[in-house]
Amino acid sequence: MNNAPPIHHVDVGGKSPPLLRVRRLRKHFPLKGELFRPRKVVRAVDDIEFEVLKGETLGVVGESGCGKSTTARLLMQLTPADGGEFLFDGQVIGGRELPLKEFRRQAQIVFQDSFASLNPRLTVLDSISFGPQVHGVSSAEARKLAQDLLDRVGLDPVRFGGRYPHELSGGQRQRVNIARALALNPRLVVLDEAVSALDKSVEAQVLNLLQDLKQSFGLTYVFISHDLNVVRYMSDRVMVMYLGEVVEIGDSESLFANPRHPYTAALLSSIPSMDPDQRTEVPALSGDPPNPINPPPGCRFHPRCAHASAICHQAVPALTSVSLHHRVACHLHIRGSGHPQAPIG
Amino acid sequence: MNQTMKPLTANTPLVEIQELRVTFTGGAKPVHAVSGVSLQLHRGEVMALIGESGSGKSVTLRALLRLHSERHTQTEGRIVVAGHDVVQMSQAALSQYRGAVASMIFQEPLLALDPVYTLEQQITESIRRHEPVSSGQARARALELFEQVRIPSPERRLQSYPHELSGGMRQRAMIALALACRPQLLLADEPTTALDATVQIQILLLLRELQQALGLGVVFVTHDIGAAVEVADRIAVMYAGRIVEEGPVRSLIREPRHPYTQALLTSRAHGAMPKGVRLATIPGAPPDLSEQIPGCSFAPRCAMVQAQCRAEQPPEFNIAGHHRVRCIDPSIKRATATPLSVLTTPQSMTLP
Repeated sequence: MNNAPPIHHVDVGGKSPPLLRVRRLRKHFPLKGELFRPRKVVRAVDDIEFEVLKGETLGVVGESGCGKSTTARLLMQLTPADGGEFLFDGQVIGGRELPLKEFRRQAQIVFQDSFASLNPRLTVLDSISFGPQVHGVSSAEARKLAQDLLDRVGLDPVRFGGRYPHELSGGQRQRVNIARALALNPRLVVLDEAVSALDKSVEAQVLNLLQDLKQSFGLTYVFISHDLNVVRYMSDRVMVMYLGEVVEIGDSESLFANPRHPYTAALLSSIPSMDPDQRTEVPALSGDPPNPINPPPGCRFHPRCAHASAICHQAVPALTSVSLHHRVACHLHIRGSGHPQAPIG
Repeated sequence: MNQTMKPLTANTPLVEIQELRVTFTGGAKPVHAVSGVSLQLHRGEVMALIGESGSGKSVTLRALLRLHSERHTQTEGRIVVAGHDVVQMSQAALSQYRGAVASMIFQEPLLALDPVYTLEQQITESIRRHEPVSSGQARARALELFEQVRIPSPERRLQSYPHELSGGMRQRAMIALALACRPQLLLADEPTTALDATVQIQILLLLRELQQALGLGVVFVTHDIGAAVEVADRIAVMYAGRIVEEGPVRSLIREPRHPYTQALLTSRAHGAMPKGVRLATIPGAPPDLSEQIPGCSFAPRCAMVQAQCRAEQPPEFNIAGHHRVRCIDPSIKRATATPLSVLTTPQSMTLP
């Protein structure tokens, strides 16, 4: 296969503007209601705003139910949003400049369950070449492309091309899913817990592969995982979510080294220690993540927070810059917020 | 509780597994899930079995309760738990043994708990099955157990059905159920894998605390080395149905000797790794257990492989400080070569 880098897309707005800009994104799932009572909703994603920069890896972390995967599905337009705007390289998704079909060529997703995301009746080559054919590539060319991609993700096309998903191991299937995601030469790839189901030794192989592919295809990743060590290793920036909101977003190293939000700090200190002489003595948080049906008023984290004060029960903290590339939604860090430990404004 | 229990001296291990082999015969080809595991666990000790999927760690754990289907499983070797011969015991003795001597907590409490009974009904049923107590006494004990595993408002939670609890609470209830009949040995099969990191650490700390308070022996299966380091006194690393290395947690983590253990520890992303550094990886994938190979199972993926590795199963060597390793790499400083039965057992040497 030729190793020449594929043709890069023309950046519409130049290199500096973000590849994806998300504003006031909201998704509420209605619950089955009782008669004559207002319907309850699960506030899965509640007015979040963030940007994905060109060529970066944005890590997304949080407990289950925090809205990580819903955000991924909304980004991919797999679930209709209840509100919010997306700008993909300055263009409205689904608008005249960027029709949905064209957006879907440029953005792809890899899911956690490698088996469920492949059609069991298609061979590996058929699965990978399906997308390009939908977009008008001839079947012979699409197969050639699929063979090249299989080779690229470390699977011998002669040995594996004709196999069905059940004939592959989990790691091999995830490689196929990655190859399929790349078949349309996308710019953005969302990895939703893509390595979580793999064994550690296989996970390392796939992480290395993802790094290599990012380089050679000039990709931008949104990397969702509950494994904080992996997120730290992969990401340039990290976004921390809690109950459908973004509580902290910033440069990966500064966020991991100096977490500002008490929730981020608690999340990071829940990583098991690798030193038998420095075991964790007290859990950083007690109880399970609360239910997103009836989130607490004010700061949603206040019932579990060690620093909560009166203001945290009442006012919702806005995302505020604490340094150049680091924003946090916590009254502790908002000048003049009324929190006793906040900087005085 | 059990009349047949032999008097045990302080030095008798709580669990003694010798040359355990478990073969599943249900499929087209027999699968050799465990091929010669020997293990000892003392009272009050926590042993973590770590390894990748298919390494035989859960199969070994389940064999300790004889949970495998008798029709499709061939179990060879000896398992003795607190004087009970698990492989040979009768069905009646087995149901006395399960729960009262050894009990298990599973990865997915929603599947392990019965959905149509309240938690109180499930716990009291288990207590009254093993002990001659009134239902009032059993209920009091259930409440005490719920307090012990720190379930908030325990009276109310006892009346709940499993689906009404959150994941972390369910796992606590599962632990309470497992401890209901005061077992000496607690088996835990990936008890925190399905939980969030913030809840995982709470459950790990609870397990550690209960283990110390009750003096339990614990065998804990996990694929997460971090979880093992948090609770275990000893770690056994399994690969393709065998223990390749076993030792005290400190020496195993700081001075891993087997190339597989070393690779497992270096291949994980951890802490402040510099950006762009590639992770060390183990090439290839774990072997197919329906095909037995003559040599070391790790040889096809090992960076330090020699001709001898492919020819015969490496023996087990003891190295200083109760640490043993199954590898012939000469750089491993070994105290003595153990004249283990492994070397002479005919079936380990005969090849298909």
